[in-house]
Amino acid sequence: MDVLEKLKILTDAAKYDAACTSSGVSRGGAKSGMGNACPAGVCHSFAADGRCISLLKVLMTNCCAYDCKFCVNRRSNDVPRAAFTPRELADLTMNFYRRNYIEGLFLSSGILGTPDNTCERMIETLRILREEYRFRGYIHAKAIPGADGVLISALGALADRMSVNIELPSQKSLSLLAPQKSKGAILGPMGYITEKIKQNSTEIVKYRHAPRFAPAGQSTQMIVGATPDTDYRILRLTEGLYRRYGLKRVFFSAYIPVSDDPMLPLRGTRPPLLREHRLYQADWLLRFYGFQAEELLDEGHQSFHPLIDPKCNWAVDHMERFPVDVNRAPYETLLRVPGVGVKSARRIVSARRFSSLRREDLKKLGVVLKRAQFFIRCAGREERLPGLTRETALRALISDSCRSLLPSGGEQLSLFDSAPAGEEARRWPEASR
Amino acid sequence: MSAAYSYDGTYGGLLCCLSETYEKKEMPAEVLSPEDTQTTLYPVREIATDPEKAARADAAIAEKISPAARELARLGLLTCLAQKELWILRFLRLGFHYGGDAVFMLANRTVLTLNKAVQNLKNESHQYEGFVRFSVFGGALTSVIEPKNRVLPLLAPHFCDRYANEAFLIYDRTHGMALVYQADRREIIPLDDLILPEPDEKELEYRRLWRTMYRTIAIRERNNPKCRRTHMPKRYWKYLTEFQSDDFPRRRSGENSPVRKTAGNALQLPPGRGKMKEY
Repeated sequence: MDVLEKLKILTDAAKYDAACTSSGVSRGGAKSGMGNACPAGVCHSFAADGRCISLLKVLMTNCCAYDCKFCVNRRSNDVPRAAFTPRELADLTMNFYRRNYIEGLFLSSGILGTPDNTCERMIETLRILREEYRFRGYIHAKAIPGADGVLISALGALADRMSVNIELPSQKSLSLLAPQKSKGAILGPMGYITEKIKQNSTEIVKYRHAPRFAPAGQSTQMIVGATPDTDYRILRLTEGLYRRYGLKRVFFSAYIPVSDDPMLPLRGTRPPLLREHRLYQADWLLRFYGFQAEELLDEGHQSFHPLIDPKCNWAVDHMERFPVDVNRAPYETLLRVPGVGVKSARRIVSARRFSSLRREDLKKLGVVLKRAQFFIRCAGREERLPGLTRETALRALISDSCRSLLPSGGEQLSLFDSAPAGEEARRWPEASR
Repeated sequence: MSAAYSYDGTYGGLLCCLSETYEKKEMPAEVLSPEDTQTTLYPVREIATDPEKAARADAAIAEKISPAARELARLGLLTCLAQKELWILRFLRLGFHYGGDAVFMLANRTVLTLNKAVQNLKNESHQYEGFVRFSVFGGALTSVIEPKNRVLPLLAPHFCDRYANEAFLIYDRTHGMALVYQADRREIIPLDDLILPEPDEKELEYRRLWRTMYRTIAIRERNNPKCRRTHMPKRYWKYLTEFQSDDFPRRRSGENSPVRKTAGNALQLPPGRGKMKEY
């Protein structure tokens, strides 16, 4: 089997991994080798599905001892199998990198034989890259659950980012669909890596040349829509992971049916992309906007509003906090206004020191007035919107792409229609939350 | 009556224009650089570049306004903003009036316009850090790009650091410039045209491998062409290896037909001499 064929099989097997980021580490180039890494990361291409391609994302092998029902590489699945040799993969990475196709390598693997055996092959690949070829680009390595601590340490010393996939959001789902994996087996290495990173950060302070352990931190991923777990549960788990394990990112992957198992969605079911999108929006609110999971969802409201984003949804439920005066409100309060993001909030704080801001100024600063207009007060002629209620705000906040989801389906209203026009409009806000 | 200034296109030259506006207590109606081919109705005044005067103005900008303002003005000259020279002059005069606060006055039209243009330049440059595709010809790396802004000075530190041990060339077709790097020496030189040799078998092999990877990594069920175009607008596609076809069309020398607009032959240039026509 030639490299082309192997690459095809092993890329195909790796494509369901969501993470393809190359951020979080700064390393200059060197005369003795090739490559560097910049903190913001670089996207090198975008695939037909719109996802960024930053790293050469492949599996070491797609042969797997496990039989997880949701996974395309499960033992019982009849697909062509292949395995890279460490040398082949290292050469491929170097040649792609040299042509500026990629920012580095994302290496994961099926379990070939034992977890230790698999992990050793991955370490060998990374060793060739780092030590023989003096590769200074980005490497993301998957920690193999069940591998020995010594091997995980060796992997982390060579890689920039480590990840352990949490796969499914609850122990119950995990024991149903991935009987050979357990919560303990996943959280074990995750906790171990967190511990090593923490330990390493104190070493760096003491000794400038202490070897770095996974300097770009740790991430994880979970599948959304394969099990009945709710958004609330997923978001709580996400928040817990950020707090307890200090993760850099939690990725969500809308489940694409690859199995006929009766416990999973049927083949041909469309992946829950909107739900995934809402989860990412909420994830950003947790990481950059100072929101808590409990503020966005609670026991009574277990899933996100399909028509408006979580921030707008929070705002219309807290109308008593608005309008916010953009010329006076602190940064943290500005961040909570729909239509104002991290960048525009910073610009507002910077620009208002020199002149009080009017509505048209906000537009220049990048505020999305379509959403923000209901929640702000600014200088200049005030155009108060008469009779603003939760319902009218909701209706106005729905984005154009979500408008097609409305039950009325865009039918033109007629003056002479017998049915009262308000009927449809009144029905959906309650129905959809 | 207001005049049009004509300068040599350099940052120093523009600073001499700035001095001129203060000396003559006026604002030019237009500033023409050597690239501007359009004629003007205003009386044109040639502004000579005096290095000493420019250095004095440059130091004054850093001291009386701020180093950030100097950076903004320098980068402004690399952007594709229409009448960028006028905007920079306006901005610097504003800066001399308000001091270091000028860069933060984002509600001001001049500051905003210049800021947006520079942001656009930085964004494009960052995108090109990813979208530059090198081909290996006899051990040296070569790439062609067609940016809107003059991104080469911004790309230089990134690529020189990354490929410290290589020799490479990035040709900016829009502006007829090339970034050349070899063994610690880097230079941006004017270059009218670049004719690439036939790629060898090894090069073709890696292009095939990359295209295979590119096609395979996409999840069919998630197909989203609009999202892809948002992140990677079609104007970049022309020189991206992943959009060229596997059977690289070989062009016999002597054949001088214009380049077709298919994805396959993005790197195939007609073997003619002189400046390339826009297509």
